[in-house]
Amino acid sequence: MSALLEAQDLHASYGGPAILKGISFTVGEGGITTVLGANGAGKTTLLRAICGMCHRRGRVRFAGQAIENKATEDVVRLGVAHVPDGRGTFLHLTTEENLRLGAYTRHRDKTGIAHDLERVFGYFPKLKERRKQQAGTLSGGEQQMLAISRGLMLRPKLMLLDEPSFGLAPLIVQDIFRIMRAINIQDKVSILLVEQNAELALDLADTAYLMETGQVVLSGPAEQIRSDPSVRKAYLGY
Amino acid sequence: MDALLHQVFAGLASGGIYASLALALVMIHNATNHINFAQGEMAMFSTYIAWSLINIGVPYWAAFVATIVISFFAAAAIERILIRPVEKAPVLTVVSVFIGLLLILNSVAGWIYTYTIKSFTSPFPSEPPFGNKFVSSHELGAIAIALFVLVAMYLFFRVTPLGLAMRAAAENPASSRLVGIRVGWMLALGWGFAGAIGAIAGMMIAPLVYLDPNMMAGIMLYAFAGALLGGIDNPWGAVIGGFLMGVLENVVGALIGTELKLTVALVLIIIVLLLRPNGLWGHKVVSRV
Repeated sequence: MSALLEAQDLHASYGGPAILKGISFTVGEGGITTVLGANGAGKTTLLRAICGMCHRRGRVRFAGQAIENKATEDVVRLGVAHVPDGRGTFLHLTTEENLRLGAYTRHRDKTGIAHDLERVFGYFPKLKERRKQQAGTLSGGEQQMLAISRGLMLRPKLMLLDEPSFGLAPLIVQDIFRIMRAINIQDKVSILLVEQNAELALDLADTAYLMETGQVVLSGPAEQIRSDPSVRKAYLGY
Repeated sequence: MDALLHQVFAGLASGGIYASLALALVMIHNATNHINFAQGEMAMFSTYIAWSLINIGVPYWAAFVATIVISFFAAAAIERILIRPVEKAPVLTVVSVFIGLLLILNSVAGWIYTYTIKSFTSPFPSEPPFGNKFVSSHELGAIAIALFVLVAMYLFFRVTPLGLAMRAAAENPASSRLVGIRVGWMLALGWGFAGAIGAIAGMMIAPLVYLDPNMMAGIMLYAFAGALLGGIDNPWGAVIGGFLMGVLENVVGALIGTELKLTVALVLIIIVLLLRPNGLWGHKVVSRV
């Protein structure tokens, strides 16, 4: 599997202390990579560093291009959909407007957008029911579905997902993870998933990284990480 | 009765101007959470540009369009050059910049054009339309143009992808960048629109109040009041508030005399705002967490 995204010795901060202290990782073309770690390990910052949402230093290549100096909008325009921490819903706009914004970079492609709307409604029928509803009135789970769908509307090559399970009921989480796998296989979208729910994330991913205080402490195929005794004890609880 | 009707039409005409300026205020407020205190002076300066063009022999409507275009780019440039550096500054810093801009535009206009009042042509015939005795052609024309601007802006924001992107950038800049919207340019665009709308309002009010560097002081007071009355975050509310202010001003003026008309209008507004602090149609955000 060749690398779609490759970071080398990436440092990041918000102007104060360093949050990422020189980490390297890759996301394979068509693959799912997960980054695990406790609160404050720097997982969210890692995703933000890829998209230019914080100060960063180091090398990041996406689909053969250096992106470490690109502005957020330009990284997105290359085909990187970031489903952010907190879901990033446009609360005052309707569900459908939120989705249309996801396709903003190709807003002239009317038929393509209509087609993609139907496709995400196929994944998440709830969103179709809520189509004309103000997005701020959606439940947490629906807003997470909306955030993933908004990312899909970009027709991305790579999706960055920031704790999609956060604060959701277990059944909804299972649903969302099932659809993420479908997105990966059917839509051929590579995924970089940041999660605290190690169990689910390791099920889904092919490659895993374990982060502690801004550094990668362990990495390898997901199967291997799952059977690592220290991971089992600290993250899986058995 | 005739006198009252006449006052209502005159009120709708100035109300259309207040509504346009209120809309310009809402546009910048929704994009940046700032109240552009220099909005009136920008409109005044635009009107002087139109006056200069007409004075050198440019036909009225050509000057009208040229002024709108110039004002659009000038306002967008003001955002890029003056406002952007203080984007993240404390609110008082931003207010100072706005007041500075107000004073600069006012005194530069006075320096170039002097403080003597100038008459400004109306593009509409001087006889009232259809021989009626309630409303002059200019008043009717000003109402029509104000309504046209308001509907055009509404359609732009509701129907076009760019309008949607501007609303998104105003609401959630971080998420907007994540869908590829160039947020900085959306703000400049919002300023450009505000400048253009202000220019139209200035050119419509100037034939009624004459052109001088201080012409907008009283008008902006009504526009602010209209925007606050209707709801500073709701374009429709601000527009209706602007029209209400115009009618209120004229009817109150006719009933109890011109000395108190501003006072009575403002007292009414204070009462409304005491009862409904967000304005009559201001948004209460519905959200679940």
